[in-house]
Amino acid sequence: MRRNVPEINSSSTADIAFLLLTFFLITTSMGSDYGLARRLPELPAPDQPTETAKLKERNVLRLALDETDRLTCNDEPISLEELRSRAKTFIDEREDAPDEHLILLHCHRETSYKAYIAVQNELAAAYNELRDRLARARWKKSYAALDAEQQAAVREVYPQRISESTTPTEGGEW
Amino acid sequence: MGRFNKTGKRGVPALNTASLPDLIFTLLFFFMIVTNMRDSEPKVDITLPEATQLEKLERKTPVTFIYVGKPSETFRDELGDETRIQLNDAYADLADIPGYMTAEREAMSDENRQQAVVSLKVDQDTPMGIVADIKEALRQADALNVHYVAQKRK
Repeated sequence: MRRNVPEINSSSTADIAFLLLTFFLITTSMGSDYGLARRLPELPAPDQPTETAKLKERNVLRLALDETDRLTCNDEPISLEELRSRAKTFIDEREDAPDEHLILLHCHRETSYKAYIAVQNELAAAYNELRDRLARARWKKSYAALDAEQQAAVREVYPQRISESTTPTEGGEW
Repeated sequence: MGRFNKTGKRGVPALNTASLPDLIFTLLFFFMIVTNMRDSEPKVDITLPEATQLEKLERKTPVTFIYVGKPSETFRDELGDETRIQLNDAYADLADIPGYMTAEREAMSDENRQQAVVSLKVDQDTPMGIVADIKEALRQADALNVHYVAQKRK
């Protein structure tokens, strides 16, 4: 009588593993999902008039991108590097009254998305650098290392106030 | 000394492959951890713009993908060369966006609705007119959290 029960033949474990691996390779993606996060402004309710806050002209930074992707700031042409330092100075000067400054970005319909993202990137960089500087001065840590409450406090001093508009086409409503 | 016999082994013993499954399992776990389930395949060709101030998109919150670009190779014969909008996994028109987004948001719980993000993957040469129209359509559907996808500038 056979005493020795033969072991289960495990030579096909590798095949099962290959199958599972192939499944995962096909159905998943490494996902390059890094980007710039933004919040769009809400639509005003139909009975409320659109609020146009009265701001002094000097508290508004007007940026415009035309169809050839040329950037102008308050009607003078500038480059991307200058934009970052210009925006930083603008926001910094108004840190005591953070709700009164506004950055207006106006695009032409034919401006390329690349230029738009480049400008958004520089503005985000300006805000991030200012917030980081404040975080280091106050708590000796970088902005990213702060906890939620401290980050909210920093954001209150340097809120992101960017408003966007686009040239309407002929007969367009907005 | 007479007991030792040289006639036995001639060849080199075969490689022991008993640990091959373990290697494969290691690879498998790596892929399971590092990747996320792909919801939709972009049917449009997209070259992402470059940026430096990038934040990661949290995949835990419900995400709707909007791809904008020229149709990819396989679809180019039917659809030509114009920039197209793709919502999640099917081509769509601008007018479809508010309806689609409102329907998606109704189906979410209140908490999810606040955190829901729309991920915009737009080709870098797209004219801003289309993007502005899409943003306006999203505002109408009250989908206000937007994420512009970009790649890291080297």
